[in-house]
Amino acid sequence: MNRLHVDWTACDGRGLCAELLPELLVEDDWGYPAPRGDMSVPPALEPAARQAVDRCPALALRLTAPASS
Amino acid sequence: MTDALWYFGRGSGVVSLVLLTVVVALGVGARSGRTAFGLPAFAVNLVHRNAALLAVVFLVGHVVSLFFDPYAQLRVFDLVLPFAGNYRPLWQGLGTLAFDLVLAIVATSLLRHRLGARTWRLVHWLAYLSWPTALLHGLGTGSDNGAVWLWSISALCTATVLAAVVWRLTPGFGRFPQRAPRQVNPRLLPTRTRPAEAGTLEEAR
Ligand code: HEM
Ligand code: SF4
Repeated sequence: MNRLHVDWTACDGRGLCAELLPELLVEDDWGYPAPRGDMSVPPALEPAARQAVDRCPALALRLTAPASS
Repeated sequence: MTDALWYFGRGSGVVSLVLLTVVVALGVGARSGRTAFGLPAFAVNLVHRNAALLAVVFLVGHVVSLFFDPYAQLRVFDLVLPFAGNYRPLWQGLGTLAFDLVLAIVATSLLRHRLGARTWRLVHWLAYLSWPTALLHGLGTGSDNGAVWLWSISALCTATVLAAVVWRLTPGFGRFPQRAPRQVNPRLLPTRTRPAEAGTLEEAR
């Protein structure tokens, strides 16, 4: 399973990802995403995760393949 | 037939301007952190992107129809090289300049993940140049440059962008603005007790 990775130095806390992936992320009080679990992306959520990665305004989200994690 | 090209050229020019206005206003407003009309941030983001892509479609229509319009007398390089035209070179050139800038902005946005945030953002700032340039081009070059309706549309577009800028500059926009209220499946609301296996998250608060 791919995993979702947040680059905290780039993340701006705009909250788009938590809106698109509420199954994996919650928003903390400042709008930054907080992981619900271990951030592994089940196949059913793969498209939503890709969209979140694509839409992140700060380019802070990445999907990492299992081998590298 | 030639009249049809002329009508289509003018109409698509105006549609592009209106779409670009929406794109710019949403872009200006989005940075504020508050979202327009209570929409979730991702929806604003998608409208911003899709309206920009649609604007490009209409711009291509604008340029192609006027290219074949016997009165506009455009040559191929008029479509990319600004200020070289025979007819109203300044006003037409502003259109070419705006077109070049829009193409650069859209192309870099589509390649954002390859280029990296810094390069992308640098080019994206050109939007602040391209929009007024397109506005002036529309007002100055067209057959309708004295028409009340074109001035009204242009004034409305200007008001829209100015409103977005003012909205963004209001002091309410701190670094950590309020989140837009939105509908979330109750099962997906933040849980007080996070799963123990999360491990990665420190409960600092
Ligand atoms: C961002 C890009 C552009 C926008 C938003 C835009 C918008 C407009 C608008 C609103 C008009 C006025 C239409 C009217 O008078 O009813 C116009 C006219 C015109 N545009 Fe553009 N334009 C753009 C790019 C270009 C380019 C690249 C060219 C080609 C060199 C061009 C050539 C013309 C010409 C020849 C007219 C006069 C048409 C006529 O009234 O006969 N435009 N444009
Ligand atoms: S979308 Fe990107 S910038 Fe926004 S909160 Fe998520 S990771 Fe951070």
